[in-house]
Amino acid sequence: MSFQRYDYDVIANWIEPGERILDLGCGDGSLLRYLAEVRQVRGYGVEKDPERVLACARNGINVIQIDMEEGLAGFDDGFFDHVIMSLSLQAMHNTQGILKEMLRVGREAVVSFPNFAYWRHRQAILNGHMPISKNLPHQWYNTPNIRFFTIADFDDLCAQEGIAIHERLAFDEDKVITDEPNFLASVALYRLGRSEPSTG
Amino acid sequence: MKEQQSVGIVVPQTAHFSDPLPLKSGGVLPQYDLVYETYGTLNAARSNAVLVCHALSGSHHVAGKHADSGAEGWWDNLVGPGKPLDTRRFFVIGVNNLGGCYGSSGPNCINPATGKPWGADFPFVTVEDWVDAQARLADRLGIERFAAVVGGSLGGMQALSWTLQYPDRVAHALVIASAPKLTAQNIAFNEVARQAILKDPEFHGGHYYEHGVVPTRGLALARMIGHITYLSDDAMGQKFGRALRHDKPVFSYDVEFEIESYLRYQGDKFAGFFDANTYLLTTKALDYYDPAFDYNGDLVAALGRAKADYLVVSFSTDWRFAPSRSREIVYALMHSDRRVSYTEIDCPAGHDSFLLDDPQYHGILRAYIDNIQV
Repeated sequence: MSFQRYDYDVIANWIEPGERILDLGCGDGSLLRYLAEVRQVRGYGVEKDPERVLACARNGINVIQIDMEEGLAGFDDGFFDHVIMSLSLQAMHNTQGILKEMLRVGREAVVSFPNFAYWRHRQAILNGHMPISKNLPHQWYNTPNIRFFTIADFDDLCAQEGIAIHERLAFDEDKVITDEPNFLASVALYRLGRSEPSTG
Repeated sequence: MKEQQSVGIVVPQTAHFSDPLPLKSGGVLPQYDLVYETYGTLNAARSNAVLVCHALSGSHHVAGKHADSGAEGWWDNLVGPGKPLDTRRFFVIGVNNLGGCYGSSGPNCINPATGKPWGADFPFVTVEDWVDAQARLADRLGIERFAAVVGGSLGGMQALSWTLQYPDRVAHALVIASAPKLTAQNIAFNEVARQAILKDPEFHGGHYYEHGVVPTRGLALARMIGHITYLSDDAMGQKFGRALRHDKPVFSYDVEFEIESYLRYQGDKFAGFFDANTYLLTTKALDYYDPAFDYNGDLVAALGRAKADYLVVSFSTDWRFAPSRSREIVYALMHSDRRVSYTEIDCPAGHDSFLLDDPQYHGILRAYIDNIQV
């Protein structure tokens, strides 16, 4: 998918050379492979699907086949520099749990997701149909997505959970959207951290 | 799909070692033989050697067939031309471990000091001792560094141990259906198996050879217990269920349920060829294996020396070496900054799954092995 190029570039820009990276829902490992190429990261992927695990093995990616819905119990606190979840959060049941786990095992978390409030998606709903787009390619009856949320919703969740938003970039296709991202952006990428302990 | 073939007729070879081998127990083997087989060709750079380590009842006969008996190697579905461990690319070695009963020095061999079979006097051997002996065989064959060391179950422990004892001599370790150490439950099963042998009246303190008898009842019982733990509840249920020999209960201690028949058959068959002292020694080697023991139980610290890359594989229905045990290895390797991949294969056959050719399992092995540089 072509949109992944800018997705990957944004993530690569948030990562220092040689970092330890964990990619949750790593698919065939192409993001980790890219980050190994351009940032020489020491990367591990987590993937549940057997076909994708096989693809990772073929791609020479370190892949760990576990179900991240059950958390990351085997992973030490703060072991990773960045824990990434690229376009998978909307398919997770345990949303709050996994965000907490990502910020437990990683110094920072990187999360990207399709924005359900993107104007084309709103238009589809107004026309009486669930949205289907480049970032939401499935029909309602076969989509793996189970959490339908927007940039505004995610901002609220971060505030509620005490998650610090270190950086947010929103895109329509490969164009950066700065005005009205919740309306004009199809995908958002966040760089998240643990909130500083309150001093007041 | 590549065409898969057998390596064909294979002939075991014997290497004699006259340099004493110091053992972890403090004992010494003054001299010893190792029986081994090889498949494929060692390349000019000597960089394509793969060692396959066997488990409790395995042997050096990993692949191909023996001309006389027609016996097929125990991992023939993995090793051969076009198979996941492709002998057109790799030089594969199988070794019978010390203390074994397939030709390498063991309790059923003559103790040169006494002229009689070793029996119970054969020293305790450990996973580490086996690896040391395998390393000497590698020296003999001119192999400085293995492209990979592969093993399932107890064989997986040897593969892991190789990377800790000889970190510069292993590029990849494939640790399958294994564990970083046995649980209390696992040791308990081994102890019941050992007691079955030790309490057999024909055991004679391990010197049964001199009495011309074999503790077959104890050995068969030991195998029956082991066999139960190698299969999953589901697999056993599907294969045998509550099927009866006669259509209804006959209220007898003879075979009534088919599972009884199966276990007795497996036990008796095993007792007909395996050596009881080897069974005792090998289960003890399993029990003692614990690379973290000298590191206050800290497996990450124990793995600090390792330099290899790893593939760790477990099976969903394996309760003897459960997936959670493999994950202990995986997380410790990851936290030691080793390259490691882990897969849990969904396979109904329990611990024995590692010997089957499940497509996902062999697909992963093939994909990983194909990426090994030689």
